[in-house]
Parts: sequence; structure tokens; C-alpha cells
Amino acid sequence: MASETTVGAMPAGVHESHGVWGFTKAQLTALVLLVAFLAIGPFFLYPVFLMKLLCFALFACAFNLLIGYVGLLSFGHAAYFGMGGYIAGHAAKVWGLTPELAIVAGAIVAGFQGWVFGWIAIRRQGIYFAMITLALAQMIYFLCVQAPFTGGEDGIQAIPRGSLFGSISLSNDMAMYWFVAAVFLFGFLMIHRIIHSPYGQVLKAIRENEPRATSLGYRTDDYKLVAFILSATLAGVAGATKSLVFGIATLTDVHWSMSGEVVLMTLVGGLGTVFGPVVGAAVIVTMQNYLAEMGAWVTVIQGGIFVTVVLAFRRGIVGEIANVFRVKL
Amino acid sequence: MDEIFGIPAPLLFGQLLLGLINGAFYAMLSLGLAVIFGLLNIINFTHGSQFMMGAFVAWMLLAWAGLGYWWALLLAPLIVGATGVIIERLMISRLYKLDHLYGLLLTFGIGLMIEGVFRNEFGSSGLPYRIPNELQGAWDLGFMFMPVYRGWVVVFALACCLATWLVIEKTRLGAYLRAATENAALVQAFGVNVPRMITLTYGAGVALAALAGVLAAPIYSVNPQMGTNLIIIVFAVVVIGGMGSILGSVITGFGLGIVEGMTKVFWPEASSTVIFVIMAIVLLTRPAGLFGRA
Repeated sequence: MASETTVGAMPAGVHESHGVWGFTKAQLTALVLLVAFLAIGPFFLYPVFLMKLLCFALFACAFNLLIGYVGLLSFGHAAYFGMGGYIAGHAAKVWGLTPELAIVAGAIVAGFQGWVFGWIAIRRQGIYFAMITLALAQMIYFLCVQAPFTGGEDGIQAIPRGSLFGSISLSNDMAMYWFVAAVFLFGFLMIHRIIHSPYGQVLKAIRENEPRATSLGYRTDDYKLVAFILSATLAGVAGATKSLVFGIATLTDVHWSMSGEVVLMTLVGGLGTVFGPVVGAAVIVTMQNYLAEMGAWVTVIQGGIFVTVVLAFRRGIVGEIANVFRVKL
Repeated sequence: MDEIFGIPAPLLFGQLLLGLINGAFYAMLSLGLAVIFGLLNIINFTHGSQFMMGAFVAWMLLAWAGLGYWWALLLAPLIVGATGVIIERLMISRLYKLDHLYGLLLTFGIGLMIEGVFRNEFGSSGLPYRIPNELQGAWDLGFMFMPVYRGWVVVFALACCLATWLVIEKTRLGAYLRAATENAALVQAFGVNVPRMITLTYGAGVALAALAGVLAAPIYSVNPQMGTNLIIIVFAVVVIGGMGSILGSVITGFGLGIVEGMTKVFWPEASSTVIFVIMAIVLLTRPAGLFGRA
């Protein structure tokens, strides 16, 4: 029974059988449901709300790549999310880049940042890794408070959504929604592809037993660093997309509480499950939407969810469902 | 002696003193974290909130019960420590057999709850807490004026650290504690009640944080966020020092406080990030920390 003791480990008795593109039958069903939801969602729900949800879902998926498949708890993912947002906002507003190029710019800078920070942080493991990533992210927060291009307390405001490839205007919420949905699906499938590649198998081996992976001849630090860079890059994509959706990039997105939120989303959905972060993000974003007027009680409720999930239901929503049906989701 | 390196001496010494005071808080908090980590193997993310609770309990004792600073210095650590004991018994103790990261997540959640409750109750603007009459005023040291209370904080924090060191290194209880850190099962086999020791250790670590909170109340305004911002810096301090040695955490805490104070004089823009930069450099050269065991 490894599932209870190791963060993100798979429940016992689950067989990994690969069907279409590495998806199991259950995962394929869930994927079809997800795509169907993406397609009909904006006709029933407010598109801006859905876009926010998808940005956070991608953010949580990127975070889950590290915790769920390498066993590394990063407590500073807001640094990549927020920096992606600032860079994309700056690129779109000041340099006048098209939205897709602004997102690429945000992703590159976030990825580079992930490379440097990952290189420093992977020297320690476990709890130290979490503390180091948190401290480095706090450094980025202070830099963002001071740096001229971030606008300090005001943030970058009135970021234009621009026109996709310079021709399709995204100022309409529906047009923007399809673009965001495409970005999300691209990121989601990319993470799935990474996990099921031979490289992803090595990552799982490192998570389960790092000394053994080392003795098999894998340079585990290199594998961990690449995973860190990929995760930071995708977090940057999520942050960049969010800043374009709302036309604003602020200090909230680089603050440590944002790092905590993404941990919460992934934990609620289920660490180490493919669909868990999406479900978790949906739950938390919806909750924040409905409880927005309750002020600081939202923090209390979030803390309460943290405590409840850690004490009573560590598999998360998707993990529990997968466990009941003995499938992998 | 009016200027040193082109900086007016009063400014230089003033920042040095501020650095020492911040260092005192870093030392006390990282000491508590290290003691808890040694035995429980978890990083107590609630530590910042418990520091904040210490300051708030001091404020409440004065405002609601009329008990002044000296009573607060005694009662606040006991009260907050007792809540720590309850938290350990009810929640943290269920996680010892699991991955240590769950302990971090749990205490982070508890910290969020505590901070949220206090923000609801008292707002985020901060409450004033007066310096006690006995510690009002300032000494003229010739080259600068030294507020009595600030001197008291540095001396008292040093005394607390020394007392903790003495208890852990020189007493029978401390010997049990060190032995249990090495091998809890064996110590239990010798008839020591290890679970109770773990609970009390957590309570003591929390009480130390609350004590630091009482000391901080008259210096910073008492507000719900005062702990969280501090605790992230303390995490960096702990990474720099390594959690292997008591004396190590104390030296690292005070040293980094001074470095931060000096940065404020010579390069103010970097003062909020200097500790994190030092952490990165230490990790690149000595990954186990300055005083850590690899």
C-alpha cells in the first residue's frame, strides 16, 4: 500500500493498460466528457468565469506534473504563474505583440525562471524543497513590487486582448473563450503526453525510489530539472492567458497565497491523477466566486478544506472516484 | 566619528540595531522550527500564525483583562502553547506515518484558518500595543540613542535562545529529546513516553513562537499578517543555517538580521531580497546549510 504514505503514489491494484494514445478506457471517457463540457459550457455558463476556471485548471495541471509524477512539492508556483502574466501583459500592451506571441513570451520567461530556480532547489528534497521554492518565489514577489515594468501596487492594467495571428479579434468573449479552451486543451494533452512518454516513466521511477533510479544509471537531477522547467513553463502559459483574459496582471498572482491556492486545487482534485487538478480548480474557483462577498472567511474555509482533505481524504475527489471504480483517472 | 563609510553613524548604528532585533525574531522562530522538526519531522507552517497569536493574546490580556506586558510575557506563551498541544493531539499526530509533506500541508491549512479568523475579528489595519512603563525611554550611548525596549528585546531573545540550548544540551529531559530525535522507537523501548514528549515539544516550540510574538507586539503593530510575512523569511534562514544545530540557528538568525539591516543602509532596494539571494548562494555552495548535516 504505497498510496497512503507517498504523496501522489498510485492506489494499489490498479493496472496500467494503455488504450488510445496512452489513455485508459476510463480516462478516454473522462476526456470525452471534458471536451464535451468545453464545447457546450459557454452556452450555459458565463464565458469569463469558464476562462478563469480553465486558466487555473491548466495552472493546477502544471503543478501536478511536479507533485504527482516526480513527488516534488513546489510551494512557489505563483512565481511562474504571475511572471507569465506580467510578461505577457507587458508584451501585449507595450510591445504590441499578438496574443499568441505574448503567451509564448510569458512562457519562455517563466520557463527560464523555472530553469534557474529548479537548478537551485533540486539540491534539496522533501520539506526543504518546498521551503526553498517558497522563499525563491517570495524573492520574485519583492522584485515585482519594486520593478518598474510591473507597475508595483497598480499592476499592469488595460492589457489589450489583441487579434489572434494578427487577424482574428479576441475582444469578443466567445472568441476569447475558444482560444483559451484551445490553449488549455493543448497544455492538458501535452502534460498527458509527457507523463506517458519513456521520460515520464523515468520520472515515476524517481518518485517511487530515487536511489534505485540512480543506481540504474539515470541522472535523476537532470530529469527532475527538466520536469521543473516544463511545469514552470506551463504555469507561465496559464498565467499569461489569464492576464490576457482579464486585461490585468497584478501582485495577487505572484503572492504566496496563490502558490497555496494551486496546491489546494490539486489536493482537492487528487494528487497524481490526470483529471484531478481540473476538477479541483473547478471546485475552488466556483467556491471563490460564490463566497466572494464573505471576505476573510474565504481564507478560513480554504484552510478548513486543506485540513479536511489532508486528514480525511487524501486521494482527493478524482482519486476517490478512481478508487471506488478501480480505474485510473 | 560622525561618518563611517560615508554613512552618518547614527543611521548606521540605528539600522544595525534594527537588524539585531529582526535577527532576534529570526533566531527565536527558527529555533522553534528546528526543535519541532527534529522530533516531529514536520515543518510547522503554522509557526507564523502562532507568533501572531502571541502578539494578539498579549493585546487581549491588556484590553480585556487589564493584565500588562509582564503578565503577557508569562501567560501568552502558555495559552498559545496549549492551543498547540491541542492541535498536535487532534490533528498532527494522525500524520506521523505518512509522507512529511502532508504535515506541511496540514499546518499550512491551520495557519490559513487562524489568520482568517483573526482578520475577520480584528481587521487587517493593526492594533497598537504600548511599551511597558519600566522599559520606556532611551539610553544615550554617546554615538546613538538606544531605546530601552529594543535593547531589552535583543537581550531577552538571546537569553531565551541560551535557555533553550541549555535545556536541550545539558539536562536529562534534553538528553531524552536528543535521543528520541535519533531513534524514537529505541527511546520508547527504554520506557520513555515518546508520544507525550512529542506533544510537549510541539507545545514548547509553539510557546517560543508566541513569546517572540509578545516581544514583537510593542515594536510592530499587532496585525493578522505579521506572522506570515516573517515566516517565509525564517524558512530561508532555516535553509541557510540547516536545522542540525541549535547554536547554528541562533547564529544564523542574528547574523542574517544584521546583514539585512546593513543592506538597508548601503543598498536599500535589495534589503527585502538579500536573505533569499544568500539562501541561493548557500544552496549552490553548501547544499546542507552552513551548520547542517548532509
